[in-house]
Amino acid sequence: MRAVITILLVAALASVPLWLRDPYLLNALITTGIFVIGAMSLNLLLGFTGQLSLGHIAFFGIGAYVSALTSLGFDVGLPGDLRLVHAPWPPIAGFVLAILVAGLCGYFVGLLSFRVRGAYFVIVTISFAEVVRLVALNWVELTQGPLALTNIPSIALPLPGFGEMTLRTKMHNYYLVLVVALMAYLLIARLVHSHFGRAMRGLMENETLAVSVGIDVTRTLTIAAVISAAIAGAAGSLYAHYIRIIDPEVFAFINTVTMVIMVISGGKGSLAGPVVGGLIFGLLPVALRPVMAPEAQWIAYGGVLMAILFVLPRGIVPSLAQRFSRRRSNAPALAPVALTETGAKEPA
Amino acid sequence: MSEFLQHLVNMLVLGGTYALLGIGLTLIFGIMNVVNFTHGVLYTFGAYIMFIVVQQLGLNFFLALPVAVLAGWLLGAAIELTLLRPLRGSDIDTTMLVMIGAWIAMQSGALWIWGGVAKSVTTPFPEAPLVLGPVSVSWLRLFVLAAAALLILVTYLLINRTSLGRAMRATFQDHDTAALMGVNVDMIYTSTFAIGSSLAAAAGALLGPVYVIFPQMGDLAAVKAFAIVILGGLGNITGAVIGGFILALAEELGAGYVSSGYRDAMGFLIIIAVLIFKPTGLFARAERVG
Repeated sequence: MRAVITILLVAALASVPLWLRDPYLLNALITTGIFVIGAMSLNLLLGFTGQLSLGHIAFFGIGAYVSALTSLGFDVGLPGDLRLVHAPWPPIAGFVLAILVAGLCGYFVGLLSFRVRGAYFVIVTISFAEVVRLVALNWVELTQGPLALTNIPSIALPLPGFGEMTLRTKMHNYYLVLVVALMAYLLIARLVHSHFGRAMRGLMENETLAVSVGIDVTRTLTIAAVISAAIAGAAGSLYAHYIRIIDPEVFAFINTVTMVIMVISGGKGSLAGPVVGGLIFGLLPVALRPVMAPEAQWIAYGGVLMAILFVLPRGIVPSLAQRFSRRRSNAPALAPVALTETGAKEPA
Repeated sequence: MSEFLQHLVNMLVLGGTYALLGIGLTLIFGIMNVVNFTHGVLYTFGAYIMFIVVQQLGLNFFLALPVAVLAGWLLGAAIELTLLRPLRGSDIDTTMLVMIGAWIAMQSGALWIWGGVAKSVTTPFPEAPLVLGPVSVSWLRLFVLAAAALLILVTYLLINRTSLGRAMRATFQDHDTAALMGVNVDMIYTSTFAIGSSLAAAAGALLGPVYVIFPQMGDLAAVKAFAIVILGGLGNITGAVIGGFILALAEELGAGYVSSGYRDAMGFLIIIAVLIFKPTGLFARAERVG
């Protein structure tokens, strides 16, 4: 039953470019899809380890810049009369490098910031993102600073026997984003239901207890941070090659907040949560655009974030899932939030 | 050498307002355990009150500061009553996210009302700076330093010499015991948030005329306030004052000798370094407020 629904949903998503001819809407769907990937990666930390990282956009932005610079090439001076020169590589190499570099950054940031918890963790992660933004703004020789990196090439897929296929149109990019999003979803789902996933959730529910049963907290959190950052880096790379221009504003704190809103509203700790929340909040600006000024939209954004936390603190998907399972079994759902949507009854 | 002296003078002027920002946030963070993301918006708000009173209503410059303090107090009390009181007892992440929502809504509100164009305030001070040997400092900046010092002193006396201050200190140490002893903890929380907000608004009203006033001006101010609080330790007012001056010095030296583009990175670097190497702050004394 579940598998049928899943296949139908994916088929429905895959059919969109066949009947949706409005380029503006298709563009909104593509950028929303990219942010959904970012939100899914944030959910891995926020929803499954309980760490509220508000610097997540750093990894997205690093992925975007690494990918853009790899495919554009650069020539920068280093201290001591050295020069670092890089000739342009194919964008697909940029995509791979973006994942690797973002993951590596996730490793170092995680190593340092997991030394503190709670409010301090939040503040450290914000600080990291802002430092990266200021470097992107000020290292003009590498990043062009506020002038932005322009003319970033579109991703080209090597097809054995047919040469290359450059993904230039909106329809191409839509399918590219859809495929990457599905892969990210499957990866996270697999991870969450593995032994490692149980360690993560155990840690979220009671860190002291998790330590006492032998879970290596720092290792578990760091692995989660690396995977989360790597996926965010992939999303950033897709963004750079789709929008084809990036400037330091990509690191703006508001972009992290957008991802957080997507995760919280959809339901943190639920696999489908960021997808549902992401689609709602990614497409909301499209719906509001004809009726509201941009500033008013942002006021509404802030208001909606507050309202969700007051009214639906667990998010849309877990609340619906609970209602659904209660109606079916006439009993209160006992499974923890993270497990409700698979129906798995394993002890957390 | 004279360049260095000039940096020290600038540091003193900036440090005073930074200390104001830091004290406000450290009180709220320390006593209420709320990471106040609206602190920067209240700073912006104070600056716009200055603009309204001086430029739009044409009233006296010196009157604008108390008006800004009062307006900040009222807005802070309103935020506490509507958003924080219903969330009492929920986890710190939820409160933090609600405050982020409030910050976005209020900052966009400022953008909507006043537009994105930067505003400036005319001051009654002479254009020519005061020149003392190798250094010069504008009269406006001297006034800012004096006013900030006065406000810091008032806050210090309020916390250490009044019964409200005693109740605040008691709540900081142990809010359950304080409640048992007859302290109205809800009232203390509202007062704390209102006082902290009025100090942020005062800082904005003082620095607004020095620079220019625009809706996003509070973002960096908030970060600086966080850096100061982390430097000085939670709830530590003296620590916040020293932290304010350390941050100002780091920024002046960073801007003067490294690159002006990295001036604003100093606050973040301080946060990262302190939290990684000495998470209790430089002047660890978290067991009491004052």
